[in-house]
Amino acid sequence: MSVEVAVPKGYTRVFSKPRALSDAGFTYCPGCHHGIITRLVAEAIDELGILERTVGIAPVGCAVFLDRFFNCDFVQAAHGRACAVATGIKRARPDLVVFTYQGDGDLAAIGTAETVHAANRGENITVIFVNNGIYGMTGGEMAPTTLPGQRTTTTPAGREPRLHGYPLKISEMLAQLDGPAYITRQAVFDHPHIVKAKRAILKAFRNQLDGKGFSLVEILSTCPTNWRMSPAEAGRWVAEEVTEVFPLGDLKDVG
Amino acid sequence: MSRVLMRGNEAIAEAAIRSGLKCYFCYPITPQGEMVEYMARELPKRGGVFLQAESEVAAINMVYGAAAAGVRTMTSSSSPGISLKQEGISYIAMARLPCVIVNMMRGGPGLGNIAPAQGDYFQATKGGGHGDYRLIVLAPSTVPEAAELVRLAFDLSDKYRVPAMLLADGMIGQMMEPVELPEPVDPDRIPPRPWAVTGARGRPKNVVSSFDLEPEGLREMNLVLQETYREIERNEVRWEEVETGDAELLLVAYGTVGRIAKTVVRLAREEGLPVGLFRPITLWPFPYEPLRMLAEKVGTVLTVELSAGQMWEDVRLAVEGRAETPFYGELGGVVPSPKRILEEVRKYVG
Repeated sequence: MSVEVAVPKGYTRVFSKPRALSDAGFTYCPGCHHGIITRLVAEAIDELGILERTVGIAPVGCAVFLDRFFNCDFVQAAHGRACAVATGIKRARPDLVVFTYQGDGDLAAIGTAETVHAANRGENITVIFVNNGIYGMTGGEMAPTTLPGQRTTTTPAGREPRLHGYPLKISEMLAQLDGPAYITRQAVFDHPHIVKAKRAILKAFRNQLDGKGFSLVEILSTCPTNWRMSPAEAGRWVAEEVTEVFPLGDLKDVG
Repeated sequence: MSRVLMRGNEAIAEAAIRSGLKCYFCYPITPQGEMVEYMARELPKRGGVFLQAESEVAAINMVYGAAAAGVRTMTSSSSPGISLKQEGISYIAMARLPCVIVNMMRGGPGLGNIAPAQGDYFQATKGGGHGDYRLIVLAPSTVPEAAELVRLAFDLSDKYRVPAMLLADGMIGQMMEPVELPEPVDPDRIPPRPWAVTGARGRPKNVVSSFDLEPEGLREMNLVLQETYREIERNEVRWEEVETGDAELLLVAYGTVGRIAKTVVRLAREEGLPVGLFRPITLWPFPYEPLRMLAEKVGTVLTVELSAGQMWEDVRLAVEGRAETPFYGELGGVVPSPKRILEEVRKYVG
């Protein structure tokens, strides 16, 4: 239900919900960065004026209800298959703006092949990759991006690289390919980073409008619930620990 | 209608293009390679999209995307590849998207071989992937019939929003026969897709999904599927009968074996044996009722298959004890000659 708050006389409205977002409440846990990231995507769609031609691909995982949050057309994909589904839509209707929104398990484990090959073909789509190093909705299991030593429900003694492998740096891998136009890693743990992440998301959508090809914005996110941390602690963990393994910045940009 | 000599795989591809195919996604596998190659050569020239995917899994999910975007779309493969597609097919079925899937069956299980087989009957007709769903399954026995059924597959799939499978085998894919190709479809006659994701301009947003966390909601989605399946069962059962009028032994066979069985009927009749053929064309919906009626009149219903007796189960469900129901099957890609089947027939008549 939409509640329009009257602007008192002498005041100016400086902040409101993006037009791209519906009135449905987010289903993310309190303090999780998904809420910020979802909003940034909606703001980008608003600013580019593309709501009526955008199709989103909802993943399996914490963002499984994404279609409820947005006012644009949506397709729900199987776990890991978002880039293949996006390819099918974009090839069928090149005039549409197609974006996927995927977690690390979705994009970098079960969907590795679909991601790598969509990037390698330079599919003209936009990928929002939310990396929180864990399977959030499923129950806090180890993800491909879980840090060494990090405790999860499937690495109760901490991730041991010799047994469980190392954090998968899929953005660095994708940046080696000739296909992609833009690969970047961002974070949203404080305001300056939120502003930068927003700029990156805008660019990833603009690239699609300009026909530049595959653009992926990885965003380091939090999972206070499964990390067993407060939102503030989780944000600090990203800033201090996660960025050590996954440094922020552009990995590829064809300009 | 134009009459040309074509290989099965190519005739299916050409018939699909003439049926308004817009997007074709594939992964190469024998024995349907000619279909992939034909599409690569022809489809882009005629305004369509050809894309060789990185895997069968990706290919079927591209079909899911293109179908959601509202165009006629198709993939083709052979048995092991179709196994890989099952996840995507299950999603497509629940999301109620029309598309066509071609399975040129080969010997299995596992890597098997590339010889003709019918071991994927269960997979095709009983669901295949997870959940309660069906595909419309059409089984051609000749190259011309394959071309004809491709058009029907697209039409039925659109009409009911149920994925359709053309189930054939390497024999039909590889052989050449004169084919009457269907006329190119009038694009205006392809049913509109108001549910497709085409951009929410001037209408509420469309969501294509196979998901509802609430049991009551998911039950409702399932019930819609089941109602659709009952309607298809009422309206779309197809089969062929050969010399069934006075038959005392009824052969039941489909696809390649259905074709061989026609020769068996002729040879049997030359010997004076009262043999007829019942050839299901829709494997799902299976023609239970017409087969049941025939079973009342004959003493024996002999099922012949290139499997260990997969369709045989449906035959016995149809016959329900009204006649004897012996079985003869070959495995591993071995195709029986008409003479070999006739030996089986002689065990029960004459």
